[in-house]
This record gives sequence, structure tokens and C-alpha cells, in this order.
Amino acid sequence: MSGNRGMVDEVLFEFLHAELVSYILDNSKESKKGDVTTLEYIGFSSGYRMIERLTKEWPRFKDELETMKFICTDFWSSIYKKQIDNLRTNHQGVYVLHENSFRFLTRISSGRQYLETAPKFVAFTCGLIRGALANLGLDCTVTAEVQQMPACKFHIQVQKN
Amino acid sequence: MSRQGTRLDPKKVNSELFTLTYGALVSQLMKDYENVEEVNKQLERMGYNIGIRLIEDFLARTSSGRCYDFRDTAEKIQLGFRTFLGITPSISNWNPSGDEFSLIIDNNPLTEFVELPDHCLNLKYSNILTGVIRGACEMVQMEVSSWFVQDQLKGDNVTELRIKFIKRLEDAIPAGED
Repeated sequence: MSGNRGMVDEVLFEFLHAELVSYILDNSKESKKGDVTTLEYIGFSSGYRMIERLTKEWPRFKDELETMKFICTDFWSSIYKKQIDNLRTNHQGVYVLHENSFRFLTRISSGRQYLETAPKFVAFTCGLIRGALANLGLDCTVTAEVQQMPACKFHIQVQKN
Repeated sequence: MSRQGTRLDPKKVNSELFTLTYGALVSQLMKDYENVEEVNKQLERMGYNIGIRLIEDFLARTSSGRCYDFRDTAEKIQLGFRTFLGITPSISNWNPSGDEFSLIIDNNPLTEFVELPDHCLNLKYSNILTGVIRGACEMVQMEVSSWFVQDQLKGDNVTELRIKFIKRLEDAIPAGED
């Protein structure tokens, strides 16, 4: 049976994510209503744990850029079935990941409709990236910007200490 | 040149992420509610919401028709587990009247990497599954209920999910039509 392991269908993940979003934003305690922080934190803890298992057979990344490339290629395609479309950096700790068609947004709209709901659907992923990078030794702030669905830009700012 | 590393298996990763995200959700619920029973209920409710949507995906993908009887239903539920969770639970322990059976799961993907602490003994960790089944069946006009009889997290050898047929839901007739 063990050959079957690890084949959870992606649609389940999509639905679970949708439930997670609606639970955190609508049903949690009064004080936390509409607050995406918890959602981001759940993403963070999932990303943090996952990266540990993912990279156990990988050699150490030699620098920040390489770590970022790993996130954009392998990490991303494992989760969202595609690579990040474009990665930009100013070489001073700021990275911008362009995603032309972000998975959790593609079924919502292809334009400006429902734009105000976009933050709900990107918070988990911001946390996921932050968690993954945290466990790879990079302390970051990750924010997302959606101007027109389903495109999305993730801004990563590496904290220097 | 891209560097050498084992390529990640997308399916595998996706499944681990699913498991871990579910874990994070359960632990969030444990934080939000004082009462374990409430958590069980909330998980079931979320499962229900997933089930009513998942059934459409299932029907579209497997092109299955209506179930002839409850045995047929049991097989379709089994197929659902295979399609979505990648596991094939076995069907057993039919009751004499044929309206109740068990699904025996020996490798529940939801509980990979999970251990229950002592104060969570009443937590039905995978309770989302009961909700998914109820929601999905309701959309094809069957009311069922399901519950866990055995759970590997509680030291049993297998996880056993009992499913009981309650009644057929009739199509509502729009007003003014007979």
C-alpha cells in the first residue's frame, strides 16, 4: 500500500484552503474577525515544517539568491504545479516574485471583479513562503500585491541583522 | 547551469503540505475552542462544506451514474478515497440489513506525522472525513451518518470509519407542479 502514499489530489488542498480562509476570517473569535494574521501564521507553520522534509536530501544553498531560486522553481512547482513566472531582485535583499496566474485566484476572477477579496486568498501563501525561508535561515517579510486577478506579486524583503 | 539536487516529486510534496496544513488547522481550532467536542463538530462542518463541492468534481471525473444500492454506494465512496486521497480503504463489516458498513483505513494520510497528546483523547482528529462523506452523499440525495469506531491515533491497529444509510432524500417538487 505504501506505494500509494503521497498522492493527495490537489483539488482537496484547494478546498481545504478555501475552508481555512472562510473559517479564520468568519468564524474565529470576535476579536480576530477579518484578520489575515492568523491565516498567515498557519501558512508560516506549514511552510516551516515542510521545508525540513523537502530539503533533507539537498546540498546546502550557497547564497540567498540560490535559496530564492529554489523557492521559485522546485518549491513552487511542487505546491502550485508551475514555476514562478518571473523573479526580480535589487540584489539588496528585495525580491519580487511575479505570478501571472496564481492558483488560488484563477477560479475567482480574471479581472478586477472581487479584487477586494484578494488579500484573503494570498495570506496563507505569504506565510508559506516566509515559513520556508525562515527554516532556510532567512528572516523575511513577505507581502503580496494583486492588481488584477489572477496575477499576483509577492514581495520578499530579507531582514538584515 | 542549475544545481544538482533530487528533483522534488510534486505529488508527494503536495500531499505533505496538505497533511501539514490540516494539522495547523486542527491546532488552530484547539486554540480557538476550549471544548474538544466543539472542535470535532467544527471539523465535521468544514468537511461538509468540502463534500458538497467535492462531489461535483468526483462525478465529473469518474462519470459515475446513480447508485443502485448501498453496496454500490460503498464502492463509490471507496473510489472517492482512491481518487482524492490516494488510498484504497477496504469495505467490510456489513450489517445484516445492508445499510451499514465500515471502511478500514490502514494508512490515513491526514494523520501522518501526528501524535495525540494525552489531553486530546476525545479529539476525533480526522473528523473532517465524516463531514466530507455526509456532504457528498447529501448532494446525491442520500442522508448518511458516519463516525469513527477505531483510530490508529488512539492505539488501534487500523482506522475504522462506520457509515450508516439513514434515508433517501426526495427531490423537492417546485410549487405549482405535480
